[in-house]
Amino acid sequence: MRHDATRQTVFTRRAAMLMGGQAALFGVLIGRMYYLQVVESDQYAVLADENRIQIRLLPPVRGRIVDRFGEELANSKQNLRVLMIPEAAGNVERVLAALRRAIPIAEHDERRILREVRRKRKFLPVTVAENLSWEQFAAVNLHSPDLPGVQPDIGETRGYPMGEAFAHLIGYVAPVAEADLTGEPLLELPGFRIGKNGVERLQDIALRGKAGSSRVEVNALGRTIRELSRDDGQRGADVALTVDATLQRFAAERLDGESASAVVMDVHTGDLLTLLSVPGYDPAAFNTGLTQRAWQELVSNPLAPLVSKSIAGQYPPGSTFKMMTALAGLDAGVVTPDTRLPCTGSIELGPIEFHCWKRKPGHGALRMAEALEQSCDCYFYELARRVGPDRIAAICHKFGLGHSHQLGLPGERPGLIPTRQWKQTAQGQPWTPGDSFNAGIGQGFVLSTPLQLCVMAARIANGGLAVRPRLLLDIGGEAMALPPAPALGVNPAQLKIVQDGMFRVVNGDFGTAKRSRIAQAGWAFAGKTGSSQVRRISKQERTGRMRKNEEKPWIERDHALFVGYAPYEAPRYAVAVLVEHGGSGSGAAAPVARDIMMECLKRDPSRRGPGERSA
Amino acid sequence: MALDLGRVRRSLSTRDGDLTFGQRILGFRWLMLLLLAALVAIGVATLYSAGRGSFSPWADRQLLRFGVGLTALVVVALTDFRIWLRFAYAIYGVGLLLLVAVETIGTTAMGAQRWLDLGPVNIQPSELMKIAMVLALARYFHGLTLEAVARPHYLIPPLLMVFAPAILVMKQPDLGTALTLVLGGGAMFYLAGVRMWKFALVIAGALAAMPFLWERLRDYQKRRILMFLNPESDPLGAGYHIIQSKIALGSGGIFGKGFMQGTQSHLNFLPEKQTDFIFTMLAEEWGMVGGVFLLLLYAAVLGYGFALAVRIRHQFGRLVAMGIVNIMFIYVFVNIGMVMGVLPVVGIPLPLISYGGSAMLTLMAGFGLLIGAYIHREAPLGT
Repeated sequence: MRHDATRQTVFTRRAAMLMGGQAALFGVLIGRMYYLQVVESDQYAVLADENRIQIRLLPPVRGRIVDRFGEELANSKQNLRVLMIPEAAGNVERVLAALRRAIPIAEHDERRILREVRRKRKFLPVTVAENLSWEQFAAVNLHSPDLPGVQPDIGETRGYPMGEAFAHLIGYVAPVAEADLTGEPLLELPGFRIGKNGVERLQDIALRGKAGSSRVEVNALGRTIRELSRDDGQRGADVALTVDATLQRFAAERLDGESASAVVMDVHTGDLLTLLSVPGYDPAAFNTGLTQRAWQELVSNPLAPLVSKSIAGQYPPGSTFKMMTALAGLDAGVVTPDTRLPCTGSIELGPIEFHCWKRKPGHGALRMAEALEQSCDCYFYELARRVGPDRIAAICHKFGLGHSHQLGLPGERPGLIPTRQWKQTAQGQPWTPGDSFNAGIGQGFVLSTPLQLCVMAARIANGGLAVRPRLLLDIGGEAMALPPAPALGVNPAQLKIVQDGMFRVVNGDFGTAKRSRIAQAGWAFAGKTGSSQVRRISKQERTGRMRKNEEKPWIERDHALFVGYAPYEAPRYAVAVLVEHGGSGSGAAAPVARDIMMECLKRDPSRRGPGERSA
Repeated sequence: MALDLGRVRRSLSTRDGDLTFGQRILGFRWLMLLLLAALVAIGVATLYSAGRGSFSPWADRQLLRFGVGLTALVVVALTDFRIWLRFAYAIYGVGLLLLVAVETIGTTAMGAQRWLDLGPVNIQPSELMKIAMVLALARYFHGLTLEAVARPHYLIPPLLMVFAPAILVMKQPDLGTALTLVLGGGAMFYLAGVRMWKFALVIAGALAAMPFLWERLRDYQKRRILMFLNPESDPLGAGYHIIQSKIALGSGGIFGKGFMQGTQSHLNFLPEKQTDFIFTMLAEEWGMVGGVFLLLLYAAVLGYGFALAVRIRHQFGRLVAMGIVNIMFIYVFVNIGMVMGVLPVVGIPLPLISYGGSAMLTLMAGFGLLIGAYIHREAPLGT
């Protein structure tokens, strides 16, 4: 037993040593725990949150676009759609096949999906199907346990309840292109769309709103477990336009089938009540992207549905320009209102013979107001010759021709008012008297847009105030300031002569648009017709019999124009109508302008506040 | 009828080794059982949390295993301790045979061949081996005087007793158990009185053999060791476990995220949260406070085991008791060291806490031996 006592002593000592060692090692563990959980805890807490928290952007609801009375021109509708994250789906084709049991997927859609899957980064969602019915959407939700990576999602589609008549004005939204990326993360969301044309583009930032965000907790597989917090962002502002949707629709119906434009504006405030171009297109079609064929059809259509003719169409103003020549003549003092200039049906300038629209024996000798009334070309040939291009250009500039009005809409063009210097610079040739003749009747180099012609009419109507066209009434409830309309510095007496001439055009016995007179008391209107030549008249035609417009092929017929304003006694609304290849201003444009003006006077949109929509 | 139970017990036990059932019950250390039950309770609670607030699939089965383990503990503790002395080598022999069997007919789980499919139960012979080795070594050193221990050639048989199973489990490959066997066996050599310089010699030899051993390691074992040295080198591959474990643990902070609130473990960023990485989950939810509490509980078990061991009057019982304490410590230290990134990732469960039957049964039986050794501390076992 003696030796066992020693063994026990050794054992006890050594066991105690072992326990000491174990205690020390436990100490190491506690020290490590302290280091991880106290010293470095914050850093690991951050890493833990990075692990589990994802921030998802919530696209804001796009603002509406409404007319001056609050009628919807563009709105956002719920879009039930299905997204798929290729990374989570694994075998995309198998998932699509499984998805087919819930919703139809066309073959070309499948091709598009597979293309996108190949192109995009694997963790970015791809849109599989859109605009589903509730039943389809519910079916996808029901099958979702068998559909890895598939996410039913409630998105948004842009609706355009007014359709084609507003296509150019409102524009459209379309998926973000590579070139649109600015680093703004919102733009990289799947299915996010931005304004690509019209007001949608002009006010894109305001309409877009502010993105919200949702902090979600995800597990190690990326599946969302719950939402931790949510910032709903700010929905896009509603943008109210100055247009009167009902009036614009009326004009569109009136011009149905034509390639035409109509502009109506308030001569005092500059509010554009109508900014129409026909034919239009379906702006909603751009939502999902057009098919190649639909695009080709739009591009090759001779009526040019994609062009916003009221601001981007540059046309020779023809006789509607004669007020400018007249004012320039009076202003320069080369004629008085009572100066009679002769018309024998044509005027010879060297070898070239310039014709009046009324062939021999012509109009005889007319005073200015009469020349305007009957739109005598010879009068204005002579007047333009006397006054020269530069003084005409100066007046034109005052009345809003030859420069852009900066509505901000894409495609707005400046038109062209030629001067001597312009011709020298642009053409390398000096100005000729023939150029003056042409310019005097709004032909030749002169180009203007329907918007410019309407501004011109408005500035004549309001007694020479530089009213500027205005498209935006308010943004997000904040009214846009009315731009000042300073006096143009035009002699009122001279302007009166021109106004009188325009009154006679519609109301005079010899007026070119007397058939379009408004008989209603107090609604009488004034205006000016124009028929602008779209091609040089050939020698053969000039020597032979002039073909009537109706006999020519459509593309060779004259453009029909009319500018005017009403009521004559207390002007409020100006109008410009252009019908491409419409034949004659008096036949194709003036009646339309008269009807639009009647409708406008009936509705009197400028005098009614929001909410008083119906007339 | 006032009985001086102590005297009765002593008088009986000193006369011969036979103890009555009542005497055994009286000698039973209920405090040890209470401490072990506390550990199991913590484990079950953590598994309940790991099951997202549900007893299935882990907590309920763990409780069931505890029931089985408890039975084993009580039965082993109350068994006449001389039986273990008598059958120590036999048990070791069976354990070794089972290890060989698992090598040839075992089923593979988690990429390692560890299990023996015996119809209704799968058993892991390497777990049994830990106890068997402790018993066999204790048996061997029990019969050896200190003088004999000092002679080198007497150490050859016990070395073989350690390395034969160690090499077998390493081939499975199960680095963790091999390590446990070698360290646990080494500790018993130390307790038996083997001189320190001999340990130095063996350690030096082992270090010299390292390059050779390195060659024998499986690729995943090499990877784990390399990755332990630099876990950030492969954050999505081999280093993922340890990085995620540190993130979960570190983000727990001092007081933790609260019971069932551990984000990393519940969102599955933490791998194997119910088995090897259960301490991480516990420390994420209960923070450093919970982690230290658990370590203190383990320390209490180990310390109490030590206190019992040194009161045993025979070498066999002492060595068995401390052998069990050491095995327990190695489990705890290697597992917690691993999840905190101070040791390489070796598949060792956290005793009595991790989900799993074999380790629970091994330890419960082992503590049955410990308590049994204490109950029979005065038994004359000869030398």
